[in-house]
Amino acid sequence: MSSVTPVARALPQRSAPTSPWMDRAFVFLTGGAALLIVIMLAIIVGNVLLFGTGTLTLDFLFSAPREGMTAGGIFPAIFGTAALVLLMVVALVPFGVGAAVYLHEYARPASWLTRAVRFAVSNLAGVPSIVFGLFGLGFFVQFVGRNMDRALGLDVLWGQPALLWAALTLALLNLPVVIVTTEEALRTVPPDMREASLALGATRWQTVRSVLLPQALPGILTGTILSVARGAGEVAPIMFTGAAYFLPYLPKSPTDQFMELGYHVYVLATQSPDVEATRPLLYGTVLVLLILTFLLNVTAVMLRSRLRARLAGRT
Amino acid sequence: MPTSPTLVREDPIAMPNLASAPQAERREETGGAPRIERPVLVACRFSFHYGHRRALKEIGLEIPEHAVTAIIGPSGCGKSTLLRAFNRMNDLIPGARSTGSLRFGDLDIQAPSTDVVELRRRIGMVFQRPNPFPKSIFDNVVFGLRMLGVRDRAELEGRAEESLRRAALWQEVSDSLKRSALQLSGGQQQRLCIARCLAVEPEVILMDEPASALDPAAASRVEELLMDLKARYTIVVVTHNMQQAARISDRTAFLLNGELIEYDLTQRIFTNPRLKATEDYIMGRFG
Repeated sequence: MSSVTPVARALPQRSAPTSPWMDRAFVFLTGGAALLIVIMLAIIVGNVLLFGTGTLTLDFLFSAPREGMTAGGIFPAIFGTAALVLLMVVALVPFGVGAAVYLHEYARPASWLTRAVRFAVSNLAGVPSIVFGLFGLGFFVQFVGRNMDRALGLDVLWGQPALLWAALTLALLNLPVVIVTTEEALRTVPPDMREASLALGATRWQTVRSVLLPQALPGILTGTILSVARGAGEVAPIMFTGAAYFLPYLPKSPTDQFMELGYHVYVLATQSPDVEATRPLLYGTVLVLLILTFLLNVTAVMLRSRLRARLAGRT
Repeated sequence: MPTSPTLVREDPIAMPNLASAPQAERREETGGAPRIERPVLVACRFSFHYGHRRALKEIGLEIPEHAVTAIIGPSGCGKSTLLRAFNRMNDLIPGARSTGSLRFGDLDIQAPSTDVVELRRRIGMVFQRPNPFPKSIFDNVVFGLRMLGVRDRAELEGRAEESLRRAALWQEVSDSLKRSALQLSGGQQQRLCIARCLAVEPEVILMDEPASALDPAAASRVEELLMDLKARYTIVVVTHNMQQAARISDRTAFLLNGELIEYDLTQRIFTNPRLKATEDYIMGRFG
């Protein structure tokens, strides 16, 4: 290599930032940034596990709060959360999938209607969740609900915060997620599947129903479950539209108010008469919320990979 | 691609106006080839545009019943476009438009009132790449029937077996109809796609390079199958492969730059083409 050396010497001196020492420093800095994320997550989860696990008993899970929420469990909040997300999915999936199918299969890409819908979807996704909460109160509770009462000649049944209105508000919040993931899933279906179906004399709707939607199902389910996981923890959209501070009974109809885990965390953290007594309950509730979200995410991943395997003909 | 325009212009076959020409002249124009008594598909001055690009120019063509008609020509000459016009698969392309007429028997293929779903059932299509659905073999074969509303299990099973037998696949899959179609080999998948097409009892089968994505052995099985199928069906096959066209087809149409250059009995096209452009292409001098 001696013949190369004079040429290398002729090159200008390397400036400091690219010296081997600095090079190593950048690896360290970027690696540290990446590590920080892991550390933060570990602190959050570790903290919650450390202080929450002791609270997590069957009694905690299956009993109601007692003594001004300084004792007892969180069953009404778990029940309320389940009821909320169930209703939300019922409202969310048909609209979200329907809109995505229209956008992807029927809409002409350049038409003003399509562009308007896409514009609305992407802007809906950027609206802060508290604004959804206020919208839900103003539109569902005070406008739709009150007018239903008036039309039905009732005193006050629909025109108050309720499980149904909270679920619809939450569905609205998650609509962009489902539309975007469903459209993405429809895009991944090979175009020759559509052609094969149409060439066999299937109508467009039959093609959507029998070929495209089954193949897009993993993506649709993933989007739905992710929005459920998100919905279970959202507080802002439901605090004006149906979530209750404390209820001595479980919701029996969609017009009842309900307790909810995320909102319960907020209540325990800010409204407690005895902070010390409430703290273990708070940790326990946060832990339940984290476990719920984690389980939903794992379910989404597993469901998706199983369905993908089936579509690939491996089962 | 520089082809002499005079070559095309000087011969009347290049632009046969078959529908308006009197019978005597038509015999003249087909250059002595046997006249087609009952053409199943007729294109007349059929032009097709993608946006501003013209893909087909004034095609005039008659496709005979119960025969294999091959459409040959270099890439981008419009073969697939012409094929896909017959079952209106081009409808899916935004900005596409056409002029002239295409007839299927007495039916005007292009007319807005034509039921395109029924048209596609009667004119089936097999694609270049085998495209079975990610469903079981059985569900693939009966897909079209189910779309027609057939629910009776016994009927579905009967029709599935019949279609698979006609597509020469029954022997290989009869004991594994529940298996995913994606587990079949490429050649088997293509025969499954043919069976799937046969199940809805089409009258015409359009094939877009049905063997080009297959290995030679699988390709020759598909070719044999086409020869068997022509007894019952009218087959139009687009192919890149000159030997294949010569082996399997009764008539051959040669397309170049969106124009029909020569259309005749396959034997004549390959032994004694009337135009130099055809001969050059067949001899592999371009394309």
